[in-house]
Amino acid sequence: MSDEYDNNKSYQAQSSEVLDGSAGSINPDMDYVRPAEIPEQDLYHAHSFIEKWIFCQDAKVIGVQYFLTAVFTGIVGLILSWLMRLQLGFPELAGFMTAEHYYQFVTMHGMIMVVYFLTALFLGGFGNYLIPLMVGARDMVFPYVNMLSFWMFFVAVAVLMASFFVPGGPTGAGWTLYPPQTILEGTPGSGTGILLMLISLSLFVIGFTMGGLNYMITILQARTRGMTLMRMPLTVWGIFTATVLAMLAFPALLVSAIMMTLDKVLQTSFFMPTILKAGEVLEYGGGSPILFQHLFWFFGHPEVYIVALPAFGIVSDLISVHARKNIFGYRMMVWAIVGIGGLSFFVWAHHMYVSGMNPWFGFFFATTTLIIAVPTAMKVYNWILTLWRGNIRINTVMLWCLGFIVTFVNGGITGIFLGNVSVDVPLSDTYFVVAHFHMVMGIAPLMVIMGAVYHWFPLVAGKMLSETLGKWHFWITFLGAYSIYFPMHYLGFIGVPRRYFEMYDSPYMTSTVGMNEFISVAAFIVGAAQFILVFNIIKTLKTGKKAEQNPWKANSLEWYTSTVPPEHGNFGERLPVVHRWPYDFSVPGAKDDFIPQTTAPSEVTNTEVEKT
Amino acid sequence: MSEQKIDGFELKPGFKGMASDTGSDQTMFKGVHWGKAMMWIFLLSDTFVFSCFLISYMKGRGSTIVDWPNTSEVFSLHVGGVPVPLLLIAIMTFVLITSSGTMALAVKYGYEKNRKMCGWLILATAVGGLTFVGMQVFEWSKLIHEGVRPWGNPFGAAQFGSFFFMITGFHGFHVSIGVIFLFIYTYKVFAGHYESKKRGWFTKMKGDYVEIEILGLYWHFVDLVWVFIFAFFYLW
Repeated sequence: MSDEYDNNKSYQAQSSEVLDGSAGSINPDMDYVRPAEIPEQDLYHAHSFIEKWIFCQDAKVIGVQYFLTAVFTGIVGLILSWLMRLQLGFPELAGFMTAEHYYQFVTMHGMIMVVYFLTALFLGGFGNYLIPLMVGARDMVFPYVNMLSFWMFFVAVAVLMASFFVPGGPTGAGWTLYPPQTILEGTPGSGTGILLMLISLSLFVIGFTMGGLNYMITILQARTRGMTLMRMPLTVWGIFTATVLAMLAFPALLVSAIMMTLDKVLQTSFFMPTILKAGEVLEYGGGSPILFQHLFWFFGHPEVYIVALPAFGIVSDLISVHARKNIFGYRMMVWAIVGIGGLSFFVWAHHMYVSGMNPWFGFFFATTTLIIAVPTAMKVYNWILTLWRGNIRINTVMLWCLGFIVTFVNGGITGIFLGNVSVDVPLSDTYFVVAHFHMVMGIAPLMVIMGAVYHWFPLVAGKMLSETLGKWHFWITFLGAYSIYFPMHYLGFIGVPRRYFEMYDSPYMTSTVGMNEFISVAAFIVGAAQFILVFNIIKTLKTGKKAEQNPWKANSLEWYTSTVPPEHGNFGERLPVVHRWPYDFSVPGAKDDFIPQTTAPSEVTNTEVEKT
Repeated sequence: MSEQKIDGFELKPGFKGMASDTGSDQTMFKGVHWGKAMMWIFLLSDTFVFSCFLISYMKGRGSTIVDWPNTSEVFSLHVGGVPVPLLLIAIMTFVLITSSGTMALAVKYGYEKNRKMCGWLILATAVGGLTFVGMQVFEWSKLIHEGVRPWGNPFGAAQFGSFFFMITGFHGFHVSIGVIFLFIYTYKVFAGHYESKKRGWFTKMKGDYVEIEILGLYWHFVDLVWVFIFAFFYLW
């Protein structure tokens, strides 16, 4: 009963077109694709400028809106990191900065980069643009909710940015917002700043939930004919799994934000123990600060993979296309993504080894943490084996991919150090940790984003980005990033604590000066180099070479739209029908070195193509 | 869901059949409306929200240094001078569970295209929900009158008030949102929007009686959550 809804008429119309629709020499048995299960999507076309570009329901425009907003916050985060490095490297030039400012910059840099930049960029930006195109849908399944999702994110960003301008400034509690200090007087921004942060995070979660439901249902229920789960590009798998993680992890963030807001506003004591301040007992008492840490990291660790999994997926596609080889071990890659996603919910307390928890607890979480290394390593091997004997194009996209692999391996190995309790305890809260997570979830996903921008820009804008500028951008960023984070490992080993405004009278005051100056200079250069991309995009939009359709000779559906850039509805009159996975590159016997997903088996009969 | 055959798609038997059906093209959940799938996944996410709340509550209650208030005293109503524990809450639970029943009937009549019955039953559900929220307001004001505050109370651990107001408040918020939508859909059904294929005010999409079922899913979920809150707050 419940599954009948009266749209059955349009099924038939579509399914009959299949068998006689495709041109010429079709072999109905060989090329059989099951008839359509879902009716054509009812699309609402924009009628005005506002509906087309501002309150737009087209996932592609929403993707670009997400992208631009996230990049804006990312630039704010970048400027904050410059200010931090100025203080650490050249304190005499940073006279305008107090310790409070520094803590605020650390906090906002962390929160912006992790949540408002990377998460929004991968899921909101790439997710919105690529999911419908790659699975062969006309749009997201709930375009209106999708639009609300972006605007909720926009409001969240606005609230976050507003906290820079309130009395007391933004919160300076560190991006982990650990109570009790977060909401106590003495912490910068413990008044309005922290409230705005918590409100902004709650809005972000609500907005993301709207988007996430769209991504999941579009992938699960709105694929085109022939697009089985195991024919989806790995990009879609990565974004899908990350979305599942986000849907299950963000609730913990929402709950902790609500509880902390109440602690702040109504003087409840969820997270607040009895506190003596200047000999006076505060009104709080009986709460558990550790509870916050558990809630926060139950969100916080999956969050790492919410950022990493889309990067894994996208880089797999980029490598395969630009090495002209099928991805090695596609199914293994899929299961590795799913496995990493599942495991990521059982490792959170490895962020809390120094919270005083039971050693057996630490033992359990160290074990699960190290188990995650297995599927992750499988992915790295598969990327390398995909490159092995490939017909590699050393273009900008490939450079970013190679940069990603190297950086990710680097950050992954230091992760194995930190996953072990006995190694983690002395390294806790040192620059080693800073170097580790910037390598593995800062620089590595960023490299993928850059590669993806160079790869998909011709699709989005219809023009080719300049390769020369791209290569400059890559080499400065890659070498510069290593100049920043390699020395930081050493700083961590000699024990320099993170988050300190200055080293005061410690021995680090003198011994690390040169290294800090070097790191700071590198940070300034790398940050500035990112504007090469901005320049490149502006220049290309103005004078760039027009891109042909499918300039990279890729197989996946986003390159086979009716127009470039794709219009609302994506695929013109008829949705594509998929016959194979998107990785049929360099197939022996085929006339081109790529076979698009839409090519029917009867058109490539004399080749050694695998059945997928 | 028996012997399902969805438009030329026959579900295959066994575990292997299930795996290949799940991974097959177009849809993972065969014949399931997009909105329905969305609501299920939203509810899964919402389950995590309420789980986080309730687990935090257990942790908070388990680790307070002051004794937890005696809930059978705090939550009792005085009827003719005699305290009756759980009286109000029993009535509230009864009303809410009953409204789940009327909702289920509304879904049935909706699919049978019995517009009038469907509309009246949604209205009954909305009234039930409104009654529940009203009784919750009464309960809150009674407790506040007795001195229970989010930051403390005369009966024991301060966290009692904090968790009670936060979690029942969050649940009450869910009920209230549900009631608003129930009224909206009462109007839509009585106005015959599903028969005339009128497009939605905001989304500009055509509606269908499956929307009543989606609303019902949400409503049953809110009831189910209440059962857990009832057990953890009033019976523990």
